[in-house]
Amino acid sequence: MKGTILIKKAMCKSCGLCIEACPKGSIFISKKINEKSYFPAEFDKKNNECTGCGLCAVMCPEAIIEVYREKK
Amino acid sequence: MKGMKKVIGRPKYLKEVPNHYCPGCGHSIIHRLLAEVIEELDIRDRAICIPPCGCAVLAYYYIDVDMVEAAHGRGTAVATGMKRCLPDRVVFTYQGDGDLAAIGTAELIHSANRGESITTIFVNNGVYGMTGGQMAPTTMVGQKTTTTPKGRNSVTDGPPLKMCEFLSPLDGTAFLARTSVHSPKHIQKTKKAIRQAFQTQMNDEGFSMVEILSQCPSNWKLSSVDSCRWIEEGMIPQFPLGVVKQRQTEPS
Ligand SMILES: Cc1ncc(C[n+]2csc(CCOP(=O)(O)OP(=O)(O)O)c2C)c(N)n1
Ligand code: SF4
Ligand SMILES: [Mg+2]
Repeated sequence: MKGTILIKKAMCKSCGLCIEACPKGSIFISKKINEKSYFPAEFDKKNNECTGCGLCAVMCPEAIIEVYREKK
Repeated sequence: MKGMKKVIGRPKYLKEVPNHYCPGCGHSIIHRLLAEVIEELDIRDRAICIPPCGCAVLAYYYIDVDMVEAAHGRGTAVATGMKRCLPDRVVFTYQGDGDLAAIGTAELIHSANRGESITTIFVNNGVYGMTGGQMAPTTMVGQKTTTTPKGRNSVTDGPPLKMCEFLSPLDGTAFLARTSVHSPKHIQKTKKAIRQAFQTQMNDEGFSMVEILSQCPSNWKLSSVDSCRWIEEGMIPQFPLGVVKQRQTEPS
């Protein structure tokens, strides 16, 4: 694993643009509803292929994705 | 997070509050880019934004800089006064296409022609978003809106107005660019253009404007992802992207 992301689910509006942006298919729509009645985006921790490229965060209209990379 | 380093996060000057924009709306992306550029140029204390009438009317709840609200379309007139009184500030208007290209055309043309040292962030989503999706001057030919249920007709409604090209012959305009926020690559280019526009103002070179093609999924009646596709396939062929004008300043 080279990277990972944190999504602030309470502020997600389920637009799906991060899912479209992720080249690794590492984000999906959660089955659990959030406080605003949206099904938020969720990071696929199980098959983590994240490289920390940051495309999801660049696309996210809500600016609620934090991107982390492994320290060298 | 252990052993990990944060590389991207919420910008410092974008307030930690949920915004009122619809899911997938381009306005929210543009707000973030403004907050990032203001932080990178270190101009938080001297930036003044003139927010519009339109969906971004509440921009002052989100971007943490001083703001003075203008009446619909009057952004560049208010910015002119602001900049003339406080010439050391970085003054920018934030305007939609209804605001800038319809009701505010007169103010815009004359501010640009006078070469006011202000920047305009022009959010072109091809409709009046806030009021329910009526036709704007920038609506595409054939595009269905609530006031053009059969699609915009170029004979009765005219073709879409290209504001960057329209302003480029004016002596007062120094930097004009059209960008888009429908993909990560284009978002990065938009950020670069916003930075260039602010720098044009900080170098006192004249009027600067960035026109940003921006998705309005609600009024286009498309999903967020399909709205981005519509920008690529429907809008960009009509509104070509790139720097439309960059005046070379003569060495003094
Ligand atoms: C003087 C005046 N006339 C009309 C209105 C109604 N009005 C509010 S927003 C708007 C248009 C918004 O469209 P646009 O500028 O494209 O912004 P968007 O919502 O699409 O971002 C209009 C006509 C108003 N607020 N003030
Ligand atoms: S109506 Fe359109 S422009 Fe307004 S907030 Fe919704 S998506 Fe954005
Ligand atoms: Mg609009």
